Amino acid sequence: MARLIVLGGGVAGHTTATFAAKWLGSEHEVVVVTPNAKWNWIPSNIWVGVGQMTKEEVTFDLAPVYAKAGISYYQAKAVSLNPEGSESSDKPFVTIEYTSTDKAGQSENIEYDYIVNATGPKLNFGATPGLGEGSELGEHTVSVCTADHAVHASEKLAEAIEKMKGGTRQKFLIGTGHGMCTCQGAAFEYIFNIENEIRKAGVRDMADMKWISNESFLGDFGMGGLHMKVGGYVVSSKLFAESLYAERNIEWLIGAHVSKVETGKIEYELLDGSTGEEEFDFSMLIPPFAGVGLKAYDKTGTDITDTVFAPNGFMKVDANYAAGAYENWKASDWPRTYQNPTYKNMFAAGIAFAPPHLISKPMKSPNGTPINPTPPRTGMPSGIIGKAVAHSVCDLMTKGENAHLHEASMAEMGAACVASAGKGVFTGTAAAMTVYPVVPDFEKYPGTGRDTDYTFGEIGLAGHWIKHILHFLFIYKAKLNPGWTLIPE
Amino acid sequence: MSNEVKHVKEEVNFQKNEQFTLTMMPGAFAKKLRTCLIFQFIRFVIINIKMIIVVGKSH
Ligand SMILES: Cc1cc2nc3c(=O)[nH]c(=O)nc-3n(C[C@H](O)[C@H](O)[C@H](O)COP(=O)(O)OP(=O)(O)OC[C@H]3O[C@@H](n4cnc5c(N)ncnc54)[C@H](O)[C@@H]3O)c2cc1C
Repeated sequence: MARLIVLGGGVAGHTTATFAAKWLGSEHEVVVVTPNAKWNWIPSNIWVGVGQMTKEEVTFDLAPVYAKAGISYYQAKAVSLNPEGSESSDKPFVTIEYTSTDKAGQSENIEYDYIVNATGPKLNFGATPGLGEGSELGEHTVSVCTADHAVHASEKLAEAIEKMKGGTRQKFLIGTGHGMCTCQGAAFEYIFNIENEIRKAGVRDMADMKWISNESFLGDFGMGGLHMKVGGYVVSSKLFAESLYAERNIEWLIGAHVSKVETGKIEYELLDGSTGEEEFDFSMLIPPFAGVGLKAYDKTGTDITDTVFAPNGFMKVDANYAAGAYENWKASDWPRTYQNPTYKNMFAAGIAFAPPHLISKPMKSPNGTPINPTPPRTGMPSGIIGKAVAHSVCDLMTKGENAHLHEASMAEMGAACVASAGKGVFTGTAAAMTVYPVVPDFEKYPGTGRDTDYTFGEIGLAGHWIKHILHFLFIYKAKLNPGWTLIPE
Repeated sequence: MSNEVKHVKEEVNFQKNEQFTLTMMPGAFAKKLRTCLIFQFIRFVIINIKMIIVVGKSH
């Protein structure tokens, strides 16, 4: 019997573990190590953040689901990897630290045959002074990155709405909290949901709304923007996004690196090198993401973290990390199997893998501050990669170490992103966007880098219905209810 | 010449901010379509088909 350990019970890790457990049956063991007791459908945190859903509606307990799937579940966080074992044994192991209340703080080593790192991002609030400490959110702004953050955000939003009802104007500042952030899509959704809530509350005229982000143009989304067919034209997402902001009377400040956050005020630097300040009464700023800080040691206990992980803490996989300047970037730089080049029984899935480079054009201010979005690895790619990795590991375990590895390149994979702009069965709207492929391939699709038959975006009730259906479908699937394997990632 | 003001609700935002003047804004018809049940039902079917094709191409 061989053992597969999956680190992280989020979108990618849950997909890997549940498919692996199904395909491997009882002949092999699947273990999940994750610090959270509950699974969270993160995209719906946006609705929690505006009080339209409760935390309970977007989360569920992992333990019964893993028990049903025959997965061994450790509520703990991985701390370090010993891929060569120790001086006394060749068997690789991971060191974990329990987070469950009964064993909190206790450590344990668990041996493995294969390991998948799907630990997602460290929410690196500490990168911006005043935004937070380490991965802890600070006191000046709110966040929607976790369900608890979103509950807190909705309480603050309700307070702001009450103030406006009482006649006090409120300034809303939403966007990214650092020059190297990704996940602009989440902030984009949040600002439009807030706008919708404020309008519903009848106080839109009491709110000043501003978007701030590290994108060099609106609609970059960390993917260098996209082109789509609209009304017989092929247009840039810049026009699409600007139109939406203008329609909803939301100003924008782009190419911005937030350098400091204080009570009611941020300081920023722009791509042209100028600096400025922006005041706010309510602000949600997405933190930059980093790897979760796993360490790695060789047999003798020497630190080999630099061999296994990139400087940003994400795990090295089969990507081309030596592509060099933007002009040399190719779709083929992107990983296909997510296998670690040094330790072949180690894989990374979802946000945890180190991308070869950005997708958006790299930019710096004249002061040398990088201000550009880092590449998004959204839910659909995370799920698809998680499943491909599960496939590979299962084949390696059942067919031997020469088994063919399954591939899922982000340069050959699409992503569907439905950005809600207000909830309501007949009144809700959402921007439904699909990109194919996520990483543009200018050799295959000269001009836009993408297939414009499958790269599209439109706003309407249909998008809202899709977003709502996805919420229920993905939670249904993650709970492993009957037919779960038929629901695509 | 009439002095009557021609107020088009969908166009007033163009003047609210310099940033807004250079973009496009949906007119009343485009906005109506966003919540028109029949039109949106058709779009729902089309978007779903496209998304399923994209999912299929991605695996
Ligand atoms: C507010 C918001 C809205 C979003 N909306 C959308 C959307 O509409 N569509 C979309 O496609 N994507 C969306 N995304 C992105 C999507 O949530 C991510 O792409 C996806 O969650 C990434 O999956 P993952 O498994 O890599 O990481 P996660 O889902 O974050 O999972 C990582 C897991 O690892 C665990 N972990 C952390 N540290 C350790 C450790 N040391 N050891 C073990 N486990 C650890 C975490 O607890 C977590 O369970 C949104 C993101 C946010 C923040």
